[in-house]
Amino acid sequence: MSELRLHDMGDIVLETRDLTKHYGGVHALEGANFILRKGEHVAIMGDNGAGKSTFVRQITAVEQRTRGEVVFDGRAVHFAGPLEAREAGIETVFQNLALADDLDVPSNLFLGREKVLFNLGPFSILDRKAMREATMRGLEKTGVKIPNILNTIRNMSGGQRQCVAIARTAAFHSKLTIMDEPTAALGVQETAQVENIIRTLKKQGEPLILISHNMRQVFDLMDRIVVFRRGRICANLNVAETNPEDVVAYITGAKTGAEYADVA
Amino acid sequence: MAHTTHGIGGLTYDPAKKARPPELNVFVALVLIVVAFEAIGRLFLGESFLFNTRDNVDAIFNWPRLNIIILQVSIVGIIAVGVTQVILTGGIDLSSGSVVGATAMIAMSFAQTALVNGNPNPKAIFGDWAMDLPVIVPVLVGLGCGLAAGLVNGVFIAYTRIPPFIATLGMMVFARGLSRWWSNGNPISFPTEGYAAIGKGMMPVLIFVLLAVLFHLILTYTVYGKHTYAIGSNEDAARMSGIKVNRHKVLVYSIAGMLAAIAAVVLSSKNLTAQAGMGVMYELDAIAMAVIGGISLKGGRGSILGTVLGALIFGVIISGFTFVKLDAYYQEMVKGVIIVGAVVLDQWRQRRSSERT
Repeated sequence: MSELRLHDMGDIVLETRDLTKHYGGVHALEGANFILRKGEHVAIMGDNGAGKSTFVRQITAVEQRTRGEVVFDGRAVHFAGPLEAREAGIETVFQNLALADDLDVPSNLFLGREKVLFNLGPFSILDRKAMREATMRGLEKTGVKIPNILNTIRNMSGGQRQCVAIARTAAFHSKLTIMDEPTAALGVQETAQVENIIRTLKKQGEPLILISHNMRQVFDLMDRIVVFRRGRICANLNVAETNPEDVVAYITGAKTGAEYADVA
Repeated sequence: MAHTTHGIGGLTYDPAKKARPPELNVFVALVLIVVAFEAIGRLFLGESFLFNTRDNVDAIFNWPRLNIIILQVSIVGIIAVGVTQVILTGGIDLSSGSVVGATAMIAMSFAQTALVNGNPNPKAIFGDWAMDLPVIVPVLVGLGCGLAAGLVNGVFIAYTRIPPFIATLGMMVFARGLSRWWSNGNPISFPTEGYAAIGKGMMPVLIFVLLAVLFHLILTYTVYGKHTYAIGSNEDAARMSGIKVNRHKVLVYSIAGMLAAIAAVVLSSKNLTAQAGMGVMYELDAIAMAVIGGISLKGGRGSILGTVLGALIFGVIISGFTFVKLDAYYQEMVKGVIIVGAVVLDQWRQRRSSERT
């Protein structure tokens, strides 16, 4: 069992303290203390409804937290919305792909933050060439293979769609990538492609949070596993020091991490 | 190996396989309909639909008919340019016809002349202060009316989350009531010369074409256009990407309202009068033009170019029925069939494209 040092801020990318979200009477997330270091790839695991997605939604400001603190890139942050989180450098690949089916790849990559030639408020002229070129660079960086970036998302396979969603991270030099079950709906080959992108990000030293149910994937790709149960973090495990049976025990509640004994 | 203009990582891409733009299909339909009327004319009537057959006129085409085809759809076409944008966001605007009526009444009240053939204007709405105003006044008043209607539509749809169908249905009934109340149902007539010039001759066509080109460029080359398509394509994705969806919807409905107002000004100027019943059913004609032009009612797909082609199909069919001497009542009935047919076609297109993915 690895012990977390909560006050070593030197290489910490993201830290949450007592992060809590209540939906009315439902305590979806309760007092989550979480730390992510530079270059670290951390998996978040847990049963359905354990609070994994809720946790991510508070960090990315898709929802506003009930209580607690989020420290990102060395400062306490309180994003008003997902765009602010993205502008600060947190890029999220959502479970339900946040892509517009009728638009092409560059339009999707730059959705909500288009490059413009002239600023005329809402009627600003798009810089389509610059967006196309940045898209190509981003795709090359992640090793994503898409035959024609000017094709609409509607005409692409599930894997290609997911790759487009992931390529956003590379195109924008994000400081933190969060993926919410990126391979849940993909076939074997497509999953392999997404996993390759994750490996590429690891090599480049990009920190990543991955929500996944896929034990093999987590053990193959991640450094650390944080387990959620009933809205609380119940374990924090180094992949090298644990095994799948152990993780399942934490997920189902058969075991609870020593430092989290009070929450069980 | 085929061309790899945009291919990455060894995957090839054949540009020839790119799907045909839907506008091409609409254009083909337009040509087919024209050919059909031409054939009927030559075979059964001994006349040509499009070509000049009179010896005393030196022209290849039957220009009067071509002019009528486009003139009769240009005013509704202006509305359709706005309605298209609303439909692209996944919404609908049923209020545009009534907004035309109300705007025509109100704008015309500020466009009257004091003296008609030396006598005081018999249809005067206001006192002398509102007579013979510069043309910019009624135009701005009209745009203001359209903007107000569009703003109300947009704010209700974006912030109270009531369906666009209901919000704009309410505005449709309200604006029609307003146009009747404004002058107790009396027509408002005798505009200034300046106001009358707006819709004179082929001016409606010119205004329609200019607005269509302008908004086609805006939808294609600006952030506004990108966000309009994105919202209609996947509203949640647009919201998660940080697009201010509510604000954008208010903007789109406001623009649609103002385009309806422009149509009202052009129409009342062309007719030299405003009546409470003006623009009845225009909203449906405009929606029909958009749908015929390939705009998906689910949002996200289509273009102004398609709507313009849809408007031309509309005009050709109406002129064609007159040409084959079909009774006006039949024309209404056939129009109904076309509207339903276009929606059925849209549904079919959607099903086919979802099966493909």
